[in-house]
Amino acid sequence: MKQISLIIDGKEVRVAKGTTILEAAKSVGIEIPHFCYYPELKPTAACRMCLVEVEGAKDLIASCAFQVAEGMVVRTQTERVIKARKLVIELLLSNHPLDCLTCESNGACKLQKYAYQLRISSSSYQGERHSYVIDESNPFFIRDYNKCILCGRCVMADKYVQFIGAIDYTHRGFNTKISSPFDRPLQETPCIFCGECVAVCPVGALMEKNRLYKGRIWELKKVNTICPYCGVGCSITLWVKDNEVIRVTSEGGVNKGSLCVKGRFGYDFINHSDRLTTPLVRKKGKLVEASWEEAIKTVADNLHKVKKKFGASAIAGLSSAKCTNEENYLFQKMMRAVIGTNNVDHCARL
Amino acid sequence: MAFGSGAMTNSINDLSQAQVFLVIGSNTTEAHPIIGIQIKKAVSENGAKLIVIDPRKIKLVDFAHIWLAQKPGTDVAIINGLLYVILSEGLVDKKFIRERTEGFEELKKVLSKYTPEAVEKISGVSAEDLRKAARLFGQAKSASIIYSMGITQHTTGVDNVLALANLAMATGNIGREGVGINPLRGQNNVQGACDVGCLPDVLPGYQKVLEEANRKKFEQAWNCRLPEEPGLTVVEMTNAALDGKIVAMYIMGENPMLSDPDLTHVKEALESLDFLVVQDIFLTETAELADVVLPGVSFAEKDGTFTSTERRVQRVRKVIEPIGGARPDWQIILEVSRALGYSMSYAHPSEIMTEIASLSPIYGGITYERLENGGLQWPCPTPDHPGTPILHREKFSRGLGKFHPVEYKPPAEEPDKNYPLILTTGRILFQYHTGTMTRRSEGINEITPTRIVEVNPNDAKKYRIEDGEEILVISRRGKVKARANVTTSIRPGTIFMPFHFAESAANILTNSALDPIAKIPELKVCAVRVEIANKKQ
Repeated sequence: MKQISLIIDGKEVRVAKGTTILEAAKSVGIEIPHFCYYPELKPTAACRMCLVEVEGAKDLIASCAFQVAEGMVVRTQTERVIKARKLVIELLLSNHPLDCLTCESNGACKLQKYAYQLRISSSSYQGERHSYVIDESNPFFIRDYNKCILCGRCVMADKYVQFIGAIDYTHRGFNTKISSPFDRPLQETPCIFCGECVAVCPVGALMEKNRLYKGRIWELKKVNTICPYCGVGCSITLWVKDNEVIRVTSEGGVNKGSLCVKGRFGYDFINHSDRLTTPLVRKKGKLVEASWEEAIKTVADNLHKVKKKFGASAIAGLSSAKCTNEENYLFQKMMRAVIGTNNVDHCARL
Repeated sequence: MAFGSGAMTNSINDLSQAQVFLVIGSNTTEAHPIIGIQIKKAVSENGAKLIVIDPRKIKLVDFAHIWLAQKPGTDVAIINGLLYVILSEGLVDKKFIRERTEGFEELKKVLSKYTPEAVEKISGVSAEDLRKAARLFGQAKSASIIYSMGITQHTTGVDNVLALANLAMATGNIGREGVGINPLRGQNNVQGACDVGCLPDVLPGYQKVLEEANRKKFEQAWNCRLPEEPGLTVVEMTNAALDGKIVAMYIMGENPMLSDPDLTHVKEALESLDFLVVQDIFLTETAELADVVLPGVSFAEKDGTFTSTERRVQRVRKVIEPIGGARPDWQIILEVSRALGYSMSYAHPSEIMTEIASLSPIYGGITYERLENGGLQWPCPTPDHPGTPILHREKFSRGLGKFHPVEYKPPAEEPDKNYPLILTTGRILFQYHTGTMTRRSEGINEITPTRIVEVNPNDAKKYRIEDGEEILVISRRGKVKARANVTTSIRPGTIFMPFHFAESAANILTNSALDPIAKIPELKVCAVRVEIANKKQ
């Protein structure tokens, strides 16, 4: 791949041909503010937040979409650039609820982050504001288009990552809105509730219902693990507060950050009230609570009895495609080495 | 059998390099959605071509260039038909056949009967469409075959897989990026459970029980005497229990009361046991029949590893403390073993992995430290081995790839006068297996169309069924009530039911007839009839 040399904020940068200015800057640790840019999505240059000055160019350039050229000189922090960014933020804030006190995106919101960096607490533009009804019609996430900044990430993710096409821009100008066809509830569209749109939303417009009012983002513990559903082996991050999983996200892995409805929203079972929390032993025909000691002894005594009377081959074990390798290994070791039978299988065929 | 090991030959991320995909017996976007995305992306953005062979108009058909809707259970005929055309039009990879395989001449003899016209009679797929699909596949520089339970859950499951292996080898589509035979495994760790020896005929790492040297090795490591004969598979266990040959069972994290064929039989079998212990996180339909129930924990409450469908061993990390008095499953097994007089001690699952690696060459180089950066694909025999993204690059595990000529055999149960329709079963996107997890996820349940049975409009008309109406689906083994979903997405003469729902369990109807080699039940084909549920007298 041909290498291109350019200068960004006085730093010499060498990147492959075809790299955008924004990505070239990122490679040397210069962060250019942006809303619509997202690494997995095609650039749309919709938000105008990533504007930079390029020597010789009359206008400011959208760095997320403009590719580097040999000898280019880029400045990301000039007075003109800052002024343009402030304008973008002020225009967005002129029609954005300032409810960071209760917004779940607080601490992770890009609008909040850049407003803070640019020291803007409210907009100097006063005018009409939208007051859309918050859409809570689907069970997984709310859609609050009062908070939407129309960056279009959700549309791109829906169309070009998941190939669904359930949402798009509708209406014009101030009334532009991301919407399903005829603004129908998502259940009545091709939406598969993968939640890719929620994952890429840079503000609080799309928000998982499960996490509402359960904890501030900085109070949550994050642990990387593997999805427990199908065999694809997607990487997931579980967000936890008070021993409860309240949110699931993904970065990278074989799934490149994408998930399906089960992988992103199917976790109520972990903390479900139906969970078995104590061993049960059948007495007089009924399963009743028992201590671990009693339960283990009952298992061992009965297996021992059957083995003595009928031989080890009268015992069979089914292991689990849901359990870990280590547990499956131990299970077959127990069946083979301890009980003495090869009658061990699992649901591989089912 | 054809190559020497059973797993996805390629990796998920190299699928994008295929020029042609053949998806057969896999509803990829619903059962393996993330691989579904890869296929959709390759077709939409890289110009890849897609052939779908499925009796249902699955979502992928919207992206497909050719869709062949076969009569369920006729896959061998279809695949042999594809090969017939590929052979007769000179599209085979002669060099690959000469250098890497054996037995092609025998295959040729069998293929001669499978003209597209003959295949049309068996499968209902038009000869012309079959020719088109064969040409598309045969002319591709790289073609990837993707299949799942739609291929394996037949009495001819092994034959189906062998036929696909023949197709891949004859066209040289093995051992490179963007090709291969890629079975998609249905559960997060079904690959791993097989890898570490939860199969009745192999010890960990697919080391055959029948070979004395293997048993010796494990006897030494485990300090015990090992049984010499392979054990029973899952459906055989049920039958043996009914015959009184199996008297006690230990079931960990499985729910045969919904997942197995012919549930009435399964229930009888489990009830006939002297002793049943079930270890699970919920009181499942199976646990309700147990004498002792041991509460295990979910994946979020323990450390360990899962192995994905692309043979990638990945780290599972403890996120929360066990709920209530539940205990990690590995600790429960240690305690039961101790109570049975066999002491094992591991302080952490990583020590168990060390033992697996020491006894199972395909996992030989795997340690928890090495898994920190995204997992390793087996075979990974040594600590410095980078893992194996693509199998059979230079040679097959067994040396030369072997063509196994296979003939079409009809399913164990075919429609007749009393049971005129074919029932096929499968999964839907919003639910998972027996529903123990998904049916306890509120949002997912709210949005799932429950208890459905898909019926073609022609059949609906014939049996006077209206969309949304309660109907009875009846097989030789039982009957189930479900709601008719009248749709052209299923071929006439066939109905489809997902098997997730206990209240209308498709597996009450299914046939437990087994493939003679793999012992997999024929969940994809059985004969049924339908009746309106609340017939007015």
